[in-house]
Amino acid sequence: MKGNVGIVSYGAYVPRYRITPAEIGRVWGTDGAAMGAGLAVHRKSVPAPDEETITISTEALRTALIRGAIDPQEIGALYIGSESHPYAVKPSATVVAQAVGATPNLTAADFEFACKAGTAAIQTCLGLVGAEMIRYGVAIGSDTSQGAPGDALEYSASAGGAAFVIGRERVIARVRETLSYTTDTPDFWRREGQRYPSHSGRFTGEPAYFRHVTECAKRIMDRAGTTPKSYAHVVFHQPNGKFPQRVGKQLGFTDAQMKYGLVTPHIGNTYSGAALIGLANVLDHALAGESVLMVGYGSGAGSDAFDLEVTDELTRFDRSYGTPVQEFLDGGVEIPYSVYAKFRGKIHMGGEA
Amino acid sequence: MRDVAILGVGQTRFGELWDRSFREIGIEAGLQALVDAKLSSQDLGAMYLGNMASGSLIDQEHIAPMILDYAGLASHHLGATRVEGGGASGALALHEGWLAVASGAHDFVVVGGAEKLTDVPDTEANRVVTGTADNEWEGVFGATLPALWAMVARRHMHDFGTTREQLARVAVHAHDMGSRNPNAHYRNKITLEAVLGASPVAEPLGILDCAPFSDGAAALVLGPLDRARKFTDTPIRLAASQVACDTMALHHRRDMTTLDSTVVAAKRAFDQARRVPADVRVAEIHDAYTISALVALEDLGFVDKGASGPAFAAGEFGPAGKLTVNTSGGLKSQGRPFGAVGVAQVVEIVRQLRGEAGDRQVAGATLGLSHDVGGTGATSVVHLMERVN
Amino acid sequence: MSIARFWRETPRRYNLGGCRCPTCRTVYFPPRSVCPVCVQHRKSIGRMEPFQLSGEGEVVSFTIVHDAAPGFEMQVPYVMAIVRAREGPQLTASVVDIAPKDVTIGLKVRATFRKLREEGKAGVIHYGYKFAPMDDTHRPPDRPSGGLPIPSGGAAKVASEAGR
Repeated sequence: MKGNVGIVSYGAYVPRYRITPAEIGRVWGTDGAAMGAGLAVHRKSVPAPDEETITISTEALRTALIRGAIDPQEIGALYIGSESHPYAVKPSATVVAQAVGATPNLTAADFEFACKAGTAAIQTCLGLVGAEMIRYGVAIGSDTSQGAPGDALEYSASAGGAAFVIGRERVIARVRETLSYTTDTPDFWRREGQRYPSHSGRFTGEPAYFRHVTECAKRIMDRAGTTPKSYAHVVFHQPNGKFPQRVGKQLGFTDAQMKYGLVTPHIGNTYSGAALIGLANVLDHALAGESVLMVGYGSGAGSDAFDLEVTDELTRFDRSYGTPVQEFLDGGVEIPYSVYAKFRGKIHMGGEA
Repeated sequence: MRDVAILGVGQTRFGELWDRSFREIGIEAGLQALVDAKLSSQDLGAMYLGNMASGSLIDQEHIAPMILDYAGLASHHLGATRVEGGGASGALALHEGWLAVASGAHDFVVVGGAEKLTDVPDTEANRVVTGTADNEWEGVFGATLPALWAMVARRHMHDFGTTREQLARVAVHAHDMGSRNPNAHYRNKITLEAVLGASPVAEPLGILDCAPFSDGAAALVLGPLDRARKFTDTPIRLAASQVACDTMALHHRRDMTTLDSTVVAAKRAFDQARRVPADVRVAEIHDAYTISALVALEDLGFVDKGASGPAFAAGEFGPAGKLTVNTSGGLKSQGRPFGAVGVAQVVEIVRQLRGEAGDRQVAGATLGLSHDVGGTGATSVVHLMERVN
Repeated sequence: MSIARFWRETPRRYNLGGCRCPTCRTVYFPPRSVCPVCVQHRKSIGRMEPFQLSGEGEVVSFTIVHDAAPGFEMQVPYVMAIVRAREGPQLTASVVDIAPKDVTIGLKVRATFRKLREEGKAGVIHYGYKFAPMDDTHRPPDRPSGGLPIPSGGAAKVASEAGR
């Protein structure tokens, strides 16, 4: 990739509440603790009734803008990737743009590509910034997805998001390469009007997640002339805690390299937010000069990979504002299933159409 | 400006009046007042009708001529004006009626207040009532009218040590008096424990800290004092009628535990009447919420700021006190048909000053006060009435 | 709630955009066209300056609401508070991300962006400010923009001159 384009600032946000797989299992008569262990998910985040993709995106982006001392009027593009946009038609991006003071001189749109909508948005911003069409671009991956009650996905589907400001100045993590691998693969989908997604069981593993992540990772390292040893950190998309660890091992990465990028065990699968929150945690801990590999994945299916170099600028970047990702991972308030069901709107109030 | 007297009073029962329409209750109160004043309707010069929200509650605007029409007076072609100021609408209508007679513009006017809150579901009535606070900057963000007053209570408790028990005593007293009022919405006595244990509405206020939504109407006939003896042996002089306003939102007030609008309206009223708070023996104050009554006692000048809780609990405003408040049962027990409240308060004071209050009678009362509030205090209206003999 | 009536206020409800009187420097929220302090000499009319609040404040009073306002039923019991903004004006808002029993008068809070209500399942969604407890990770950085991003132009200039 040409030029010095990359991440100028970032911010993450995860809602405050948590529920454990054991608590979910208790209600459905399954061994929730065992489900959780099998998925390597200890707890997942739960949004409050007044939180959703738009509010989570706003919190993450406000953090990013304040940390980076970025004038919102200098944002030229704002994209939000999610599979739980509050409106089917009317972009989340415009609400968030207004809420951070970026309107009206920008382009905006919502992206959908299951869990890789946020990484796709980063690629678009890289293009616009690299072509010098805009000064800063914002890419957000954010979700409040749900699993059907009693379904396996219920143990992991959670809420959270991260925002990245892409630019040419004061770049803290330069994108050296980005590469994608995209096919038509029906592993996981949700039809218009349906409340919960459907999935194809074990098909979601090898032909979907593993094939795309592995191919994409190999191809980007090939193009960049790197090997797993080149990277201090690696982040994979993480629908549970097991898949990324397995694919990482298969590719030749160590636990130490995967450590900061693996967030799903603590907060659940934040879908479009997952790899990005992982990347945010990496940047919270990274040192100047380190290389980072991120390989996202979205069902349907595709992977976007990024080869990043953390720059000296990181030493001048102020990370003291905004909750560190580690606090989201370690903190939170546990709630019982009854409150979770109330928060997630699974209880029907009277008078609804 | 000439002196104005109240010549006649009328009032319907307050409560859930399922069988009575808005027209019916408006007319009933008005005709009662005319009969009580022994005034012929052709002597009427104008009518003023206090009403908070007929458009939202009964889908009907333009209600003043409607009441005149159904009272049989359409062909008289009187001028009739609807007056609105949230919960203070009735008292504001009286202020307009007083001005009309005091100025000489009219000789005899009828002042009414009427509201029907039970034709819509409670949730809708709550929404409408929140519209008397600042809907854009309080209501939209989740505040209801009781929630706003609850915040006044919380701060009052914080600043002055007022307790929930002291608040609850206001409600107990209201029902004690209302149990003796045949027009009251709630005629049961209640205990302190019942008030403290009632379901929370907006803490620290529970259901029994809050006046109910009621239907009801009340009316007065006003005329010049110098001709009053033709109509009544007990003319009651309107010694003062004062309106004062303040910021719409509670959060914009100078001091959230003081209704400056009440303080100013009261001060102007006592100046106008050339009297002082200590002269008042009987008062109908705005007890929409228990805290509203305690704050009112301070702001009207009956007790020092912050001292109302202990004073009320000590009985200083009860039947044996130097000033007895809300002998009607107040908004809490007599009821709260918003636009009628301010007029009904005056009806009660007139009955007290005439000596016609039955077993609610306060002995020897010659000066009475009524106090009505809109929203959380954007409007306050204070009237002073005295027996003339 | 009408579409236009809500849309009109988004710069206030989303961004806490207020105003300041050029003469007496009092900050107001929501913005006003006439300064109540300077009203007698009318110098403020047409000259009020945009002023962005930082979103920081403290709780002046609060209540725990059980009988919900329309649209807030799923959030019961919820906390309503009057918050005094650092810059002076007070506003009414919900307090979130804290157990209701832990809310106190004097609690330091910061503005967050939350859903206020929906016009039913098919209608528009209304967003606006609520306040969450201010913790160390949200201490305003030593920069004029404080707790909310400030767009360049008038509001930023004025805010950056404001005493902290």
